[in-house]
Amino acid sequence: MLGFGILSGLLVLPLIGAAFILTLRGDSEAARSNARWAALATTIVTFLLSLVAWSRFDAGSSAFQLVETHGWLSETIRFKLGVDGFSMPFVLLTTFLMPFCILASWESITHRVKEYFVAFLVLETTMIGVFEALDLVLFYLFFEAGLIPMFLIIGIWGGKRRIYASFKFFLYTLLGSVLMLLAIMAMYWAAGTTDIPTLLTFKFGAQVQLWLWLAFFASFAVKMPMWPVHTWLPDAHVEAPTAGSVILAGILLKMGGYGFIRVSLPMFPEASQYFAPFVYALSVIAIVYTSLVALMQEDMKKLIAYSSVAHMGFVTMGIFSMTTQGVQGAMFQMVSHGLVSGALFLCVGVVYDRMHTREIKAYGGLVTRMPLYAVAFMIFTMANVGLPGTSGFVGEFLTLMGAFRSNPWVSFFASSGVILSAAYALWLYRRVVYGVLDKPALQDIMDLNRREIITLAPLVLLVIYYGVQPGPILDVFAAPTDALLKSYEAALATVKTAALVAH
Amino acid sequence: MNTVLAIPSFAPALPEIILAAGALVLILLGALRGEKSAGTVSVIALALLVAALVAVFMLPAERVETMSGSFVIDGFAKFMKTLTLLGSIAGIVLSSDFMRREGITRFEYPILIVLATIGMLMVISANDLIALYLGVELLSLASYVIAAFDRDNVRSTEAGLKYFVLGSLSSGMLLYGASLIYGFTGTVSFPGIAKVLTGEVGTGVIFGIVFVAAGVAFKISAVPFHMWTPDVYEGSPTPVTAFFAAAPKMAGMAMTTRLFIEAFPGITGQWQQIIVFISLASMALGAFAAIGQRNIKRLMAYSSIANVGYALIGLAAGTAEGVQGVAIYMAIYLAMTLGAFACILSLRRGNVMFENISDLSGIARTHPIIAFCLAMMMFSMAGIPPLAGFFAKFAVFNAAIKANLVALAVIGVITSVVGAYYYLRIVKVMYFDEPGERYDAMPAGVKLVLAVSSIFVVLFGLVPAPLVSVAGAAARSLF
Repeated sequence: MLGFGILSGLLVLPLIGAAFILTLRGDSEAARSNARWAALATTIVTFLLSLVAWSRFDAGSSAFQLVETHGWLSETIRFKLGVDGFSMPFVLLTTFLMPFCILASWESITHRVKEYFVAFLVLETTMIGVFEALDLVLFYLFFEAGLIPMFLIIGIWGGKRRIYASFKFFLYTLLGSVLMLLAIMAMYWAAGTTDIPTLLTFKFGAQVQLWLWLAFFASFAVKMPMWPVHTWLPDAHVEAPTAGSVILAGILLKMGGYGFIRVSLPMFPEASQYFAPFVYALSVIAIVYTSLVALMQEDMKKLIAYSSVAHMGFVTMGIFSMTTQGVQGAMFQMVSHGLVSGALFLCVGVVYDRMHTREIKAYGGLVTRMPLYAVAFMIFTMANVGLPGTSGFVGEFLTLMGAFRSNPWVSFFASSGVILSAAYALWLYRRVVYGVLDKPALQDIMDLNRREIITLAPLVLLVIYYGVQPGPILDVFAAPTDALLKSYEAALATVKTAALVAH
Repeated sequence: MNTVLAIPSFAPALPEIILAAGALVLILLGALRGEKSAGTVSVIALALLVAALVAVFMLPAERVETMSGSFVIDGFAKFMKTLTLLGSIAGIVLSSDFMRREGITRFEYPILIVLATIGMLMVISANDLIALYLGVELLSLASYVIAAFDRDNVRSTEAGLKYFVLGSLSSGMLLYGASLIYGFTGTVSFPGIAKVLTGEVGTGVIFGIVFVAAGVAFKISAVPFHMWTPDVYEGSPTPVTAFFAAAPKMAGMAMTTRLFIEAFPGITGQWQQIIVFISLASMALGAFAAIGQRNIKRLMAYSSIANVGYALIGLAAGTAEGVQGVAIYMAIYLAMTLGAFACILSLRRGNVMFENISDLSGIARTHPIIAFCLAMMMFSMAGIPPLAGFFAKFAVFNAAIKANLVALAVIGVITSVVGAYYYLRIVKVMYFDEPGERYDAMPAGVKLVLAVSSIFVVLFGLVPAPLVSVAGAAARSLF
């Protein structure tokens, strides 16, 4: 069709759904219901289409696939889309989580329903775009464009301090990103193009690499978020509506890690090696410090938000270990964390919809009234802790192993984070689900309804399935990981030879 | 051959001639038929501007000099003249309903716009300092009068007077600088000056350049000559403010660009510092001073100061990419500012115009389309992709990075984050706050301007190439 392939289809579909919802007239209950169903249908069709893309994807190859190029800004800055083993899982994760977000908002969003779903569908397009873009300017465009719908989602449908949180989210992320934009321009003038596959083979000067690396780091570290620029995340998470938190934790945080793997590591190998100890230090601090902070939280969402920062610490640690296990573990951890943290936020949303509070103190003894909920919540809590048999274990184990190979001390301190995560997660579970059900407000709380079961069941299955059977995911990015590390080592080897020759 | 006595070719000045002849006819018409001719005069003035636009399109693509080299037509002039004429057309289209409701419909208004437009077209084509000064004066004198057009309104007359006094001062500086440059180079023509000024130049010339820069900085309201802007923007009738923020900015930036690129190409290193400073100061002041504003017209004034600062980044680069950046930036800024003012003009209940930011409270609920359009304009001005404003900033910053002005670019993007704060505040008021009463329906002209500019701003990201390549060709014509 006019040279447009399946990847542009994934970008356009949510927008078509959004446009359709905009044409719905009035604000009657019927119109709202139509908006909900239209959004659900759109996200499901998008997911199916991404499965079609997946079926045409050859996981054995490290090359970019399903590539399509269209004229855009100039001869050298083009609208180029494509996926490889690093981006495909994230595209699938995005399209997979979206229907759950729509379902989670089914009843909890009661005002300005149409606008809400429009914002979510536009957000979906920008997220898919980030992972599909094969041109840095295009990458930046989608990376930033997502701020607009997310700003509105937090600001309009958020909690009490929503305005503060939305501004903080927007400005923090923007400040990090604009430096990345300047770095992209510098790369453009150095390499003459912003085409990612070309840049992957381009060699930047050693001194230039350091500056470019730092500029990209400013953006990705904020998005990740890494300690100490993580402070926007707890605010944004707490104030965002449930589905907003799911998307924030599930997808938006992964853009930082994806950026490190896509840009920082392969394009600036020497700088990555130079800064690796620095990233290690920040990662370990993040793992230990934010786990301790999580222990002290009284708000469920805030606790999960801090635990996200800690888990992202494992990701950065794994990526910068530059080992096969580390990089694969980081990728796996990101996918798994996308499922687990998304599910945890959905679980919080379930009780929040009933009680309208996220205070841990307001709950207790839920297991007596809500057995199904207790089971689901337990599985996700265990996955968050990294219990073997859940998907959380594989990622943490691999990243720790990768880090151990390059620096045992890092892995030693990071392991203490695993223990701390068990402490805060189990304590949370203990306070919310166990104990005596003595709070009057909780006396007639209802267990999961059908919609909620439909939302949580697939996540439970996937979390356990990938815990036992991590192969299917690991295979997807095995080939590109090898290619990445080979070119990384080759780049460092040339530098070493050049240094020896110079002597 | 005595070129002075030969009859010059007037063809390149056809748009100006159409407007000048038309303006004279309109004055006659107005004088003979009195106030009731106002509607007819408006329509004819619009037709004249459209005719001038067509004439601009029909001009030859290559560079043509005429009138002993004082008037020049090239790709850059055509591009900027198109923008200027679009701005002037919008100035008339936005005003008709407003003037009628305020009871200040007079036939002079469209005529003054046409006269100002002639001045703008002249400065864009000015190829020597005298032609430049004449154009500036024609533009300025017409502008002073329309600023005070609501003559029974204290704020409007105050705006006009303030504009006049400060404007005269800046014209004086421009003239003084021009005379210094003439004195040290012996010529007023840009190519002539360029031939003389190469390498290290004397302090006298630098003084001249500084004074000329001060004069043009006033016209484009760049810091530190911006003081008139907030007061004039606030005091003038809103359609006049929209016109000031649009058309004269185009002409002013075009004139500044041509002056520095064509007259001083041999001493780029010496004027670059001046432009870098003006640009930095404008971006920073525009970003920080806007934060405390409560009146939306004042806010737009500071926003326009900041935007001029960003556009000047392109000029500071001093390269073809830089000028291309200026051209792209101004084209997109034109759409954004007209769109924003169209939204401001629709805040009316009966006879009262609302101008405070708090009056926008909750209009996302009562007027979703206006709110959406204004939100898009604000995000675009903040430079958030995929809206047009991102591509504008991309063009100028890209040129700055290529010209190695890294510090300027870094400070520029940081001020753009500060600026994002106050643009976001408007979105916040519209979307997050509780709604007030409904406003009246939008007049047709305002609707038209808003629709065109919103479509441009929102969908520009899909097909950016045409504007980028046209601007590129325009920029190369200066080198």
